[in-house]
Amino acid sequence: MSDKVHLDHAHGLTLLREMERIRRFEAKCVELYQAQKIRGFLHLYDGEEAVAVGVMQALEERDAVVATYRDHGHALARGVPMGPLMAEMLGKVEGCSRGRGGSMHFFDAASRFYGGNAIVGGGLPVAVGIAMADKALRDGAVTACFFGEGAAGEGEFHESMNLAEIWKLPVLFVCENNLYAMGVPLEISEAQTDVFRKAEGYRMPGERIDGMDPVQVEAAARRAVASIRAGNGPYFLECRTYRFRAHSMFDAQLYRTREEIALWKERDPIARLRRWLLETHMISDHEIAELEAAIAAEIDEAVAFAEAGTLEDVADLERFVLMDEVPQ
Amino acid sequence: MSAEPIRMTYREACRQAIRDALSADPRTFVMGEDVGLYGGCYAVTKGLIDEFGPDRIRDTPLAESAFVGAGIGAAMAGMRPIVEIMTCNFSLLALDQIMNNAATIPHMSGGQFAVPLVIRMATGAGRQLAAQHSHSLEGWYAHIPGIKVLAPGTIEDARFMLKAALADPNPVLIFEHIVLYNAEGDLDPGVSEVDIARAKIRRPGRDVSLVTYGNSLPKALDAAAELAGQGIEAEVVDLRVLRPLDDATIFESVGRTRRCIIIDEGWRSGSISAEIAARLADEMFFELDAPVRRICAREVPVPYAAHLEEAALPRTADIVATAKALVRPQ
Repeated sequence: MSDKVHLDHAHGLTLLREMERIRRFEAKCVELYQAQKIRGFLHLYDGEEAVAVGVMQALEERDAVVATYRDHGHALARGVPMGPLMAEMLGKVEGCSRGRGGSMHFFDAASRFYGGNAIVGGGLPVAVGIAMADKALRDGAVTACFFGEGAAGEGEFHESMNLAEIWKLPVLFVCENNLYAMGVPLEISEAQTDVFRKAEGYRMPGERIDGMDPVQVEAAARRAVASIRAGNGPYFLECRTYRFRAHSMFDAQLYRTREEIALWKERDPIARLRRWLLETHMISDHEIAELEAAIAAEIDEAVAFAEAGTLEDVADLERFVLMDEVPQ
Repeated sequence: MSAEPIRMTYREACRQAIRDALSADPRTFVMGEDVGLYGGCYAVTKGLIDEFGPDRIRDTPLAESAFVGAGIGAAMAGMRPIVEIMTCNFSLLALDQIMNNAATIPHMSGGQFAVPLVIRMATGAGRQLAAQHSHSLEGWYAHIPGIKVLAPGTIEDARFMLKAALADPNPVLIFEHIVLYNAEGDLDPGVSEVDIARAKIRRPGRDVSLVTYGNSLPKALDAAAELAGQGIEAEVVDLRVLRPLDDATIFESVGRTRRCIIIDEGWRSGSISAEIAARLADEMFFELDAPVRRICAREVPVPYAAHLEEAALPRTADIVATAKALVRPQ
C-alpha cells in the first residue's frame, strides 16, 4: 500500500461517508439515551471523527486496533458492523460484547479490535503486547493504539512508549489531543503541551498534525505505517482535535467557553470535507443526498437489529469469567 | 519398578519448569526485571538466557505496569508469556493491568478474547527484607474473579504447576515463597504433572484439620509431627490453589476432624483465611465441634529485625498450642 493519499472521487466519498456514519450513529445514540434505551456513560466522538477515519485508511485486515472508552468512531471506522454495535449500546446479547461492555467496551475479534479501554492509559501496555505477538507471529502487522492527551499524565504511557521503542515494536501511537482531560485543560496539566515532543524522549519519530482534516491524518498515518512496516519501530502521531459535545452526558462544560466551541466548530471535519468536495466538483449534491440516505438506512437497520435483540439469560451471568478454552 | 527419587531445591524445580515450558512451546517466553543477565532476583531464571537467548528470556525496564500489560496483550494475540514480577509487593504497580485488563477482558468482551498468561511472583517474609519486600498478597489477588491463584508449597508443585498454568486459558498467578526457594526435597520420578484445581491432604489425621498453603505448609507439618508425639493426630490440608478454592476437600477433611485451624501468612482482616472460615460457617456449622481458629500474620508492616519479623508471622508453636486447646480444652 502506498503512503500517499490519492483523493479521487471514490476516496473522497469514502472519507465523507465514514465520518458521517460515526456522527449520525452517535446522534441516534443520543436520541436513544434521551429515550432511556441507552444508559450509563455515553462519550461522544463528535468533532474528532477525522482521526479514527484517517488512521484506519492506512490499516489493513492483518493490523490490530486498541481504543479508548470513546470508541464508537474507532469501531465503526475499523469496519465492525453497526448492528452489533447498536445492540451493545442497548445491552443485548447480540451486541459486539454480548451486552457486557456497553458503550465504552466495544470488542470485535474478527476485525482485531481489542477493545475500548476505560482506564486512561490502560490500553497502551496491551497494544505493546499485541505488537510483541505480531512481531513473532504475523510479520508486518501494525497495532494502532488510540488514547487522549490525558493519558500522557499516566505512568503507563511513558512505560509503554519506552518498551515499544527499545524493542522496536510495530505500534502506531495515536494521541487524540482534544485539549481537555475531561475538564482539565492541557496547559494546566502537562509541562510539555506539545505532546508529540514526548516521543523525542524515547527517540521515537513523532509529529503533530491537524486532527480535523482526515486527509492530513491519513497521509501522516500512511507515512507512519510505512515506517513501522519497514521495521523501524513505533511511531507517534499527535492529532490536534476537539470534541464538540460534553465529555459525557453528565458534563455541564464549566471549563470552556461557548466561543471556543464555536470557533472549533468552524473547523468541523465533515462540513469542511463536504464543502471542499462540492467546490472542486468532485462530488455532486445528488451523491451527498444518496450517501446520507444510505447511512440513514444503515442506522435504521442497526436500531431495528438492536431493538429486536434479546437479553442474555441471567443464568449466563458468570459465563466467560473463566474461559474454557482460548477462542480459535 | 521404582526409579530413584530426584533431589532438588524448590528454586531448581521452578527453573526446570520454565526450561520445559520454553522447550515445549515456541510461543512461550519469559519477561521481567532482571530475569536475563542477572539471572533473576531469586536466581530462578539463572542461566536460561544462555540456553534460550534474550528474546525468550527478556529483561525489561522497571515498568511493572507496562510489561505485565504487554504480557496480557501478547497472550491475547497468540503468545503464551510467563511474566515474572520480582516480588508481589511490586505487583501493586501492575494491579491496574492484572485487575482491569487480565481479569476483566474475557468477560467484558463476551468471551471473544482469552488471556492465557502466567504471572510468577515471589511472596512472603522470613528473610529480613522489611515491609516493602515481605508481604503476602496472594489472598488479595484471590478476591478477584477472572484469575486463578496458585501457591506451590512443595517441590512437586513448584516443578509442575507451571505446565498446568500455561495450559490453562485464563490468567494464572503463581506465588512462590521466598523462604521455600532453598528448600530441598525429593521428586517422585513417576510424577510428571499436577492439577491446579484441588487441595491436597499432605498428612492424614483425625483430630483437627490444619488448612494452609505456601511457607506455612512446612510449619503445619512440623506442628503435626510435634502434636503426634502428644497423641493428637492433625490432618494437614495444603490449599495449593487459592482461587478457585477447593471447598470440597476442605469440607471433607473438616467433616472428619470436626475442628479446623487455618494458617495464613497474610493479614487476618479480610483475608483468604477469613473467606475459608466464612465458608465453613456457612456449610459446616453443624459438623464442627469447636470454633474455627485462624493463625495469621500480625497486622503490621513486616519489620526488619529478626525477632520482630518472627513474631509477626505464624509460628509452629502457635499452631501446636492452638491445636491442643481445640482438641483438649481445659
